[in-house]
Amino acid sequence: MTQPLERQKAKPHLAEEWVGKVYTLLCIAFLILTIFSIVYFVASKGLSTFFVNGVNAIDLLTGLKWAPDGEPALFGALPFIFGSFSTSLLAAAIAAPLGFCAAVFMVEIAPGFGRRYLQPVIELLAGIPSVVYGFVGLSVIVPFFRDVFPGQGVGIGAGALVLSIMILPTITTIATDALGALPKGLKEGSYALGATRWQTIYRIVLPTTLPALLTGVVLGIARAFGEALAVQMVIGNAPHIPRSLFESASTLTSAITLSMGNTAMNTVANNALWSLAMILMIMTFIFVFIVRWLERRSKL
Amino acid sequence: MKKTVMMLLALTLTFALAACGQNNNNGNAGSSGNAASSGNASESPSAPASESPAAELTGSLLATGSSALQPLVDQVSKKFMETNKGVSIQVQAGGSGTGLTQVSEGQSDIGNSDVFAEEKLDADKAAELVDHQVAVVGMAAVVNPEVTVEDLTQQQLVDIFTGKVTNWKDVGGADQKIQIVNRPASSGTRATFEKYALGQKSEDLQGSIQEDSSGTVRKLVGETPGAIGYLALSYLDDTVKTLKYEGVEATVDNIANGTYPVWAYEHMYTKGEPSEIEKAFLDYMLSDEVQNGDVVELGYIPASKMQIKRDVDGNITQ
Repeated sequence: MTQPLERQKAKPHLAEEWVGKVYTLLCIAFLILTIFSIVYFVASKGLSTFFVNGVNAIDLLTGLKWAPDGEPALFGALPFIFGSFSTSLLAAAIAAPLGFCAAVFMVEIAPGFGRRYLQPVIELLAGIPSVVYGFVGLSVIVPFFRDVFPGQGVGIGAGALVLSIMILPTITTIATDALGALPKGLKEGSYALGATRWQTIYRIVLPTTLPALLTGVVLGIARAFGEALAVQMVIGNAPHIPRSLFESASTLTSAITLSMGNTAMNTVANNALWSLAMILMIMTFIFVFIVRWLERRSKL
Repeated sequence: MKKTVMMLLALTLTFALAACGQNNNNGNAGSSGNAASSGNASESPSAPASESPAAELTGSLLATGSSALQPLVDQVSKKFMETNKGVSIQVQAGGSGTGLTQVSEGQSDIGNSDVFAEEKLDADKAAELVDHQVAVVGMAAVVNPEVTVEDLTQQQLVDIFTGKVTNWKDVGGADQKIQIVNRPASSGTRATFEKYALGQKSEDLQGSIQEDSSGTVRKLVGETPGAIGYLALSYLDDTVKTLKYEGVEATVDNIANGTYPVWAYEHMYTKGEPSEIEKAFLDYMLSDEVQNGDVVELGYIPASKMQIKRDVDGNITQ
């Protein structure tokens, strides 16, 4: 007698479950489809430079001269790759110590003040549009560098400084989270053994959270690598490898934004720009893998 | 209580955003020298001119391309929108190459260009575009105000822009390093300067700076000691010093009578014959009020004032 009743009650819930599953499946399918389409499009256009237009891949990666309109047309992207890497790494080198110290201050030394005032301020920095950074860089940082250091003012130095301010919030936020997630027993044990606060910080806290802090740094580098507009305004855009920090240089992103409007689809110049975009995409994948590997290490 | 307050705030925000959107379309177009603008132009939907049964025009136009022509089109579009309330015109920069490509592919309605379409596009694509020459613009070499040189010959300019001469003392100035401020390869200003002032294409040299709009070039040349660049006459002001070319000063009269050769027609291309709203705007551009008013006021030259004509191959006719 009870069995038919139970089966009647189960039916509406079965329908609900089924609808929920289908809906979430559709969402995830749409997401995967979008990602694969983008990757496929960029890869197909980027690879067509090599297979359809006959440009040598090694020449693209190591060549020093970029002249798609010249005769003969040369596609050496090494100046751009060098520019991208040097600005991102230099920006991380500037922002990482600042970010760590800010996080340590916010979590260890002044937690109340840090959480109420400093954290919103850092998040405000993250919200400023990148074109504002570029414009401030062009109006303030470039003249300052021009007056103080020998050189043109524009270049990798100015680009790295602007980028470091842009990635500071990323590094600080991740470092703050990492420091906050430490088990309290660790610090209390250290104090019980007679260590001072500062000894605890640099001997126990920092080494333990190092993988998570590195994750933050790598994410910051990834963001700096992909930044286009702010960098283009302060870096000078000469397609050559610079001989100093204050000489006009170029990055992968600034090369694309500068020339994309000029070229027409399916010309070799356009395909070469897609190859640069493909290099950017591959670097993003590499950064994501590095971050995942670091996360796995920190869990052990 | 809290819920009602939130609802009211949300409604106010929606109305404010809607009002902002309308204002943006009508008034505040064309930010000069915005590198993102070429990306914007392909994203913003441009509704083609709508045929309205009444006499009043309605619709929207997107004009993109040359930053040398942008100040003129911007000012004229504002006046046009005042007399035709139903029309909204957006003017963006991006370079002559961008303007031509976009009008050819249908992403914008009007392509502003300093160069003939045949010079940038393939012959069959260029043949689809209809040319409207609305003005003439002169270009001049500009230097930082502290540079003491007043005049440069063609050979000296070529030497500077190809990197043979790197110090101002070699061309009669002080002992100061020359800093080149260039435009990117898509720029019509650069193409005109290279074709008529240099006579050849110039490469991007090590240590040169490239900026994507004339406005930024003017800013950098004015601030950087020893800088040299080139600008359309409409961009010249007191922050930079204009050089003479082969001893000839860059004035309207010298361009009109042909003694100063560094000038170009300002083209506004449409794909095929212009639609009603495009034609109205272009006719307004060519009207006497604009030609003798805004064109002259902003530093361009009315096409009617030219005593010589020049075609795409450089042949001069009286």
